[in-house]
Amino acid sequence: MFLKIIIDSIRFSAIYLFGSAGETITEKSGHLNLGTPGIVCIGSMGSMIGAYFYISISGGNTIPFLSVLFPLLFCVLFAGLAGALFSFFAVTLNCNQNVTGLALTTFGAGLLPFVASSLDGEVTASFATKIVKPISHLFPKTFYESNWFTQLFFSYGIFVYLGIALAIAIAIFMKKAKTGLFLRTVGENPAAADAAGINVNRYRYLATIVGSAISGIAGLFYTFDFSGSMDTSSLSGYGWLALSLVIFTMWNTELGIAGSFMFAFLYISSKYANSTPAGEQLVSIIPYGATILVLVLSSIFSRKLGKAPAGLGVSYFREDR
Amino acid sequence: MEKELRVELKGISKSFGRVIANQDVFLKLYSGEILSLLGENGSGKTSLMNVLAGIYYPDEGEIFVNGEKVIISSPSDAYKYHIGMVHQHFKLVDTFTAIENVVIGLNKHDYRAIAEEEGEKYRGFNLKQSAKRMEKMCKQFGFKLDPWKKVSDMVVSEKQTLEIVKALFRGVDILILDEPTAVLTPQEAETLFGVMKNMKMAGKSIIIITHKLNEVLEISDRVAVLCKGKVTGDIMTKDANEEILTEMMVGHKVDLNIDRKDIKNTGVRLEIHDLSAKNREGREVLKNITFELYGSEILGIAGISGSGQKELLETIAGLNKETHGDIIFHNPKKEQPVTFFHKNIKQIRELAKQEKFHLKGQTEPVDLSKYSNKQITEMVKNEEIIFYEDEIMDIKNKKPIEIRDLGIKLSFVPEDRLGMGLVGNMDLIDNMMLRSFRKGKGGMVHREAPKELAEQVVKELEVKTPNLSTSVKKLSGGNIQKVLVGREIASRPKVLMTAYPVRGLDINSSYLIYKLLNKQKEKGTAIIYVGEDLDVILALCDRVLVLREGEISGVLRCKDTNKKEIGLLMTKKKEMTEETANGQ
Repeated sequence: MFLKIIIDSIRFSAIYLFGSAGETITEKSGHLNLGTPGIVCIGSMGSMIGAYFYISISGGNTIPFLSVLFPLLFCVLFAGLAGALFSFFAVTLNCNQNVTGLALTTFGAGLLPFVASSLDGEVTASFATKIVKPISHLFPKTFYESNWFTQLFFSYGIFVYLGIALAIAIAIFMKKAKTGLFLRTVGENPAAADAAGINVNRYRYLATIVGSAISGIAGLFYTFDFSGSMDTSSLSGYGWLALSLVIFTMWNTELGIAGSFMFAFLYISSKYANSTPAGEQLVSIIPYGATILVLVLSSIFSRKLGKAPAGLGVSYFREDR
Repeated sequence: MEKELRVELKGISKSFGRVIANQDVFLKLYSGEILSLLGENGSGKTSLMNVLAGIYYPDEGEIFVNGEKVIISSPSDAYKYHIGMVHQHFKLVDTFTAIENVVIGLNKHDYRAIAEEEGEKYRGFNLKQSAKRMEKMCKQFGFKLDPWKKVSDMVVSEKQTLEIVKALFRGVDILILDEPTAVLTPQEAETLFGVMKNMKMAGKSIIIITHKLNEVLEISDRVAVLCKGKVTGDIMTKDANEEILTEMMVGHKVDLNIDRKDIKNTGVRLEIHDLSAKNREGREVLKNITFELYGSEILGIAGISGSGQKELLETIAGLNKETHGDIIFHNPKKEQPVTFFHKNIKQIRELAKQEKFHLKGQTEPVDLSKYSNKQITEMVKNEEIIFYEDEIMDIKNKKPIEIRDLGIKLSFVPEDRLGMGLVGNMDLIDNMMLRSFRKGKGGMVHREAPKELAEQVVKELEVKTPNLSTSVKKLSGGNIQKVLVGREIASRPKVLMTAYPVRGLDINSSYLIYKLLNKQKEKGTAIIYVGEDLDVILALCDRVLVLREGEISGVLRCKDTNKKEIGLLMTKKKEMTEETANGQ
């Protein structure tokens, strides 16, 4: 059973990993996007529409590769659009980021069940075989079921591997690449970036769109891999945890791999725990408690641990006086 | 040297809402020249330069660079025309190293150019290669800067150097420096001037924004004077002197002398002994501070910003409780009657037992135990009970409010002016009331007295306000400060601590404040003056105390010292100054 818990945790961690990795990119540009839970929902919605669309045009004869690609494309498109919407409000209209983000969360969380319920039931019923299957397992069942080692490492869908690769790639991009350095500048001190000739608004737009698109994949993963059902009622809650994971990892996506596993493990083990429902609830709040603890510790040892981007949540307008 | 026209501004106007920052400005800049842009705060110097650097886009007017009309709509456009600006508030990322700060914003073409210059192969984004170029550049112009040092570990002068290097790295030919010496010690300013001369020799043009006349005369070739957003004068430095420049700046003659009267001090007022203090983060900000402050004296406090000036004043005012050491206040009560202002009958009886009082017209200590409370109240009201000596008390453990009531007043003008002491959204009367809201009956405040006080401050300090019920934040910076300083002075303090009272004020108002301080000094008040401008400290204060990293590095008589000596004390270690003191 322990192996099962670990495997499930690794699977489940992909939700947090995508959600937090995307939000980290956004926050590195100085945008505090509290709309992440909503964007995760919008990503889920996009993937449903993509899957629906693909099944409709293919007439039922699906190819596994396209079954992955279509939901992904639509998911990224819709989530990216949500990010663009956030940027439009926060940058172009100079609105308060917190309010904009919260509005986006409410919007996304409300839109998802509406869209999910208005899709044709016959088509959605075929999701399980035509979409969920190719997404949720990358390797053939006969291959990974042979022993514990292959089960532990090869029993997942493509997005688990993609998430880990993405987290590492983002970390390297932030630390080594020129564009990563520029992006961090925009988040740390937009005025300095502007004075150095960096187009602050463009960076913020792009980072938020890309970040939101990545966050949105969390929704796709939940819908077509982890739960494999149209029930998405708890999705926005995971979005909030992904948001707190960003703080928990101190804006390091490579730490997000371990962090998201920890969050996922606490959640999954509470499901397996042989206890009362109240006990289960108690275990599942641990991630929130841990985040608060990290916030406290990080403000005490802020010099060593690194800090939030200094310009986080601050709108920038060049001619402000 | 042949001078060619580098930049020409024609009819530049820029306004923010209804505030006009610049109006129809014409300005020329030649190659290899240092142009001073002189003007009071709010005269539009910085806005004008921000237009040239691409931060602000002008509402009207044209800019010509090397004879060609250009449009500068962003800082990267400005770099394209080789214009760079070092802003007064540095635009650096604290968590980055020097070289990272230098390369941000550079694109592929810039890197290719660097590689070519170094004779190396183009390898894209490469910090090491850039650092090499930066070191070479530092050597050329005489900078000292480690490319791998983090900005957060740098002192102010290093940060400024980094800003200049950043501009030069981009091949800037026209460099704008916004109040570069405001944060530097005199020695560091000298170094900067040296660097500026090197750059001028290399054919670069420099515009320096300042309001310090002596710097203008020392460094620049030409001076342009701005007043209320317009250029009101353009003069070669060799034809100018301080009087001419002031007149151009203000529009009329201003008496630039501070009349320091030599008054015999009226005894010790404040005795600070071995005082140490920690800030909220637990870092030690004051170390073993020992000094005495006398009545009828202005004690200047000099030091690089952040050397503990603010903390020292706050500690004395009772706002910081993480302290060791003694703060002894000598309340000037000698031969003065006791009052109920901060003593109750019980305390008066206690002090009488210690033989602190005598009755009017007698010399014997009075024994109050034989009088009833009612009788004592009557005697106090008739001012019959007199102190023998000054009242000496340790105020370290007193509450800020008690310290205030003793007559130790703090007026601190922070950088944002409104942060401490005034509430921006409240009107003048309410702000006056911040000091007297406890007076009044039955939970109701008394509004008459503060209103009178507000009227008095407005009249005496020439505060420009539509009426008394205007909210303070709507006033201009200088007027806000007059309200703050005026309120503290009006409360007839025994010890007045002022920090940066003339920050951002125009010359007229500054001298008004100096006069007020001198008047207080004549009345016997002990004054601590924390200032940035060493020339003013030397002219205004009787003694100057120099702080360095929270320690006293020297106390000097203003008459017997000079800027250079103070500047050295601001940066050097204490041991060394003691040696030099012994050597003299």
